[in-house]
Amino acid sequence: MAALRGKTSLTLRQRDTIIGLLLIAPSLVIIFGIVLQPILSTLYLSFFDADLGLGRTNIFLGLGNYLDLLADPVFWETIQRTLYFTLVSVGVELVLGLGIAQLIHAHPPGWRILRASLIIPWAVPTIVNGTMWRWIYNADYGALNGLLLQLGIIDKYIPWLTKPFTAMNLVILADIWHSVPFIALILQAALATLPEELEEAAEVDGATPWQRFWFVRLPLLRAAILVALVIRTVEAFRVFDIIYVITAGGPAFGTVTISYLTYLETFSFGNVGRGSALSFLISIITLLLAFIYIRFLYRPEERME
Amino acid sequence: MKTVLRLFAFVIVLSLILAGCQQAEQGPATVRVLAMEQAGPTVDEMNSIVAEFNEENPNVEVVIEYVSYDALHDKITTAMASSPPAYDVFLVDDIWYAEFADAGYIWDVSDKITPEMQENIFDAAWDITVVQGKTYGMPWLLDQKYFYYNEEILNQAGITEPPKTWEEMVEQAKVIKDQGIVEYPIVWSWGQYEAAICDWVTLLYGNGGSLVDDAGNPAFNDAKGVETLTWMLQSIDDGITNPASVSYVEEDVRNVFSQGKAAFATNWVYMYDLVNFNEDESQVTGKIKMSLMPAFEGGGVVSATQDGSMGFSIAAESPAKEVAWDYIEYLTSEDVQNRYSAHLLPIWKTSFQGEQLETLMGYTESNKTTVPMFSEQFPYSYVRPKVTFYPEASKALQLALQEALTKSKSPQQALDDAATKWVSFME
Repeated sequence: MAALRGKTSLTLRQRDTIIGLLLIAPSLVIIFGIVLQPILSTLYLSFFDADLGLGRTNIFLGLGNYLDLLADPVFWETIQRTLYFTLVSVGVELVLGLGIAQLIHAHPPGWRILRASLIIPWAVPTIVNGTMWRWIYNADYGALNGLLLQLGIIDKYIPWLTKPFTAMNLVILADIWHSVPFIALILQAALATLPEELEEAAEVDGATPWQRFWFVRLPLLRAAILVALVIRTVEAFRVFDIIYVITAGGPAFGTVTISYLTYLETFSFGNVGRGSALSFLISIITLLLAFIYIRFLYRPEERME
Repeated sequence: MKTVLRLFAFVIVLSLILAGCQQAEQGPATVRVLAMEQAGPTVDEMNSIVAEFNEENPNVEVVIEYVSYDALHDKITTAMASSPPAYDVFLVDDIWYAEFADAGYIWDVSDKITPEMQENIFDAAWDITVVQGKTYGMPWLLDQKYFYYNEEILNQAGITEPPKTWEEMVEQAKVIKDQGIVEYPIVWSWGQYEAAICDWVTLLYGNGGSLVDDAGNPAFNDAKGVETLTWMLQSIDDGITNPASVSYVEEDVRNVFSQGKAAFATNWVYMYDLVNFNEDESQVTGKIKMSLMPAFEGGGVVSATQDGSMGFSIAAESPAKEVAWDYIEYLTSEDVQNRYSAHLLPIWKTSFQGEQLETLMGYTESNKTTVPMFSEQFPYSYVRPKVTFYPEASKALQLALQEALTKSKSPQQALDDAATKWVSFME
C-alpha cells in the first residue's frame, strides 16, 4: 500500500494500469498454477514410462507412448465410438435445439413456462443425471420398462444395457436430454435479436415459410450455431461422467470413450505416462474439431449487419 | 480509486486471516478415513463406531468418508498423489495389497501386531494384509459369496431341498420358470465390474478350474474355464439367468432378489439381514435361506466360492500414523466387531469359539443364520491372485467375460485374448 501511495508522480492512467495488474495478479497466478502447470507436467509425463506410486523412477520413452497408442486397435475402436457419440448426440441436439428455439420464438401460449422448464435438465449435475438414467434404464425396476409396458409397446421387460450398441445409444439419449436445453437457449437468444424486416421482406416477395427459414433465418443464425456446436462438440468428445455412472464403459467396452479410456489407464491401471499421452491426443483432436468448425462455418464477410 | 484500494486491502487482510487459521489449528489430531458404502456394514453403523471412538479419545478426531466399491481403488491412488495424502486410513481390498505395498502407499504395521492378535485372528484374514511376509494393515471384512434362495418360491414349485450342484440349480430353475412363478430364476452380478470376477471365480473353481496356475500363469482359458463361461452364456439363452445380470452389480442383485423376482442369487453376507429382516428394503422378508454354494458335478469339489475380504491400512506418508493405528485397532477389535456383526462377521477366531459363539449368534437375528453359514462355507473359499497388476488384469478378464456374454467373441477366443494380455502384464 505504501508503495502505491509513494508513486503519486504517475499519471492517473499509469496508476490505473498498475492497480489493474495488481488486481488481476492473484487470478493470473492461480490460472497459471492450476491450468498451465498441470498441462505442462502432463505433457512432460507423456514422454515417460511413468507409473503411479511413491519414489518411482520414470523411464524416458520419447514418443513411445504416442506410437504405442496409435498402433493399438483398442485406441482406434475407442476413437470411433467417441466420434459416433459426438456426431449423434450433437447432431440430434442441434436439430431438436433449433426446433425448440423456434417454438419458443413463436411465443405460443405458455412459452415462458417452456423456456423456464428447459433450464431444469441442463441445471441437473451430470452425475445426478447419469444416476437418474441408470435407474430409468434398469431392466427389472426401471421407469422406461414400466412406461413401455403400460403403453403396451412391449410385452415383457427388456434388459436395456446388455448390448454394446444399444447401451451406447441409450447413453447418448441421456446426454441429449441433458444438453438440448443448452443449444435451445443459445439459439432462442440469437433468434430474439434477428431483424424481423428481412423475413417480412421475404414474405412479401412470396417466399414460402420453408424458404424463409432456410434462406433467411438459418444463415443469420450461423454465428450462434457455430458457438453452440463448438462448445457441445468439444464437451461431447470428452464425455466421461455420464458414462462412468450409467455403464462404467460396459457392456464389453461398448461405451468406453476416449476420456474413459484415459481414466482407466491413469487411475485404475496406474499407467500415468500412457494416460498423459492419451490426454494430449484428446486435446489435439478437440483442437482440430474446433478448427474445422471455424474454417467452414465462420465467414465474417457474409455477416449481414 | 479509494474503493479499489479498500477492496485490495480487504483481500489482503482476508487472506492473512485465512492463512492464520491454518496455523492456529491446535485442536485434536485429525484422522481422515476413506471407507465404502456397499456390500458391508451400513454408513450408520460405521458412523456410530467413529462416534464411539471419538467419544473415548478426545485428543483424536476421526472424520470418515464413503465411496462405492468401484470408486475406492481409484480414489485411493489419486489421494496418495498429494503430500500429505488426502486420507490417513483407507479400506483396501485383498487384491490391491500387492499393488499398494509395491507403490509404497501403505505403512508396514508388522511390529504393531501383538501375539494375541496373531493367535486369535483367522489365518485366512492375515492372508489379506500380508505381502511378502510384511503386514500392511488390519484385516476387517472377512467375506465370501453366499448362495441365497427364496424358500417360498421353491416350495411353490414343489422343491423341498435347495440345489447342491449347479446342474440341480438349472433343473430347479427350469421347473420354477415353466410354472411361471418367476421369469428369470437366478440373478447374478455379471456387469463390467470386479463383481463379475467374483461370480466367475465362484463358478470356475466350482468346476475344478483356476484363475492362475502354481507358477502364476493364467489358467482360466483352459477347457474348464471355457466350459464354465459357456455354461453362463447358456443359462442366459435358456432364460434361467436374468439377462440384465450382464449389467448388474451386487446391489442390483439385492434389489431384484428383494422384490421376489428371483428364486436364487449369490451375494455377500450383508444381503441376508437386509433381504430377510428389513421390511423397508425387502418384500420377501422371512422367506430367504442360505445354503452351501453349489459346485458343478464334474468339478471334483463339494462347493466353491469367492473370498472377498478387505483390510484397513494407514497411508505410509500420513502425519498421524500412530493415532490412525489406534482407530484401526479399535475398529477391528473383537468387541466392536462382535457388536457390529449384522453385515460383516468378525475376523476373530475366538468369536466363533465356545460361549463366545453363542453370544455372537445372539447379537442380531441374522447372525443365527450367517454365523454357522460362515463356518460351513469358509473352507471352500478361494482368493484371487495377489499381483501388482491386478486392476488391469481384472479389467481384461471382465472384458473377456462381457465379450462372450454379449456374443461378440466366442468364450474360447475371449478368454485366450485375456490370457495373452495377462501374460503381457507379467513382464
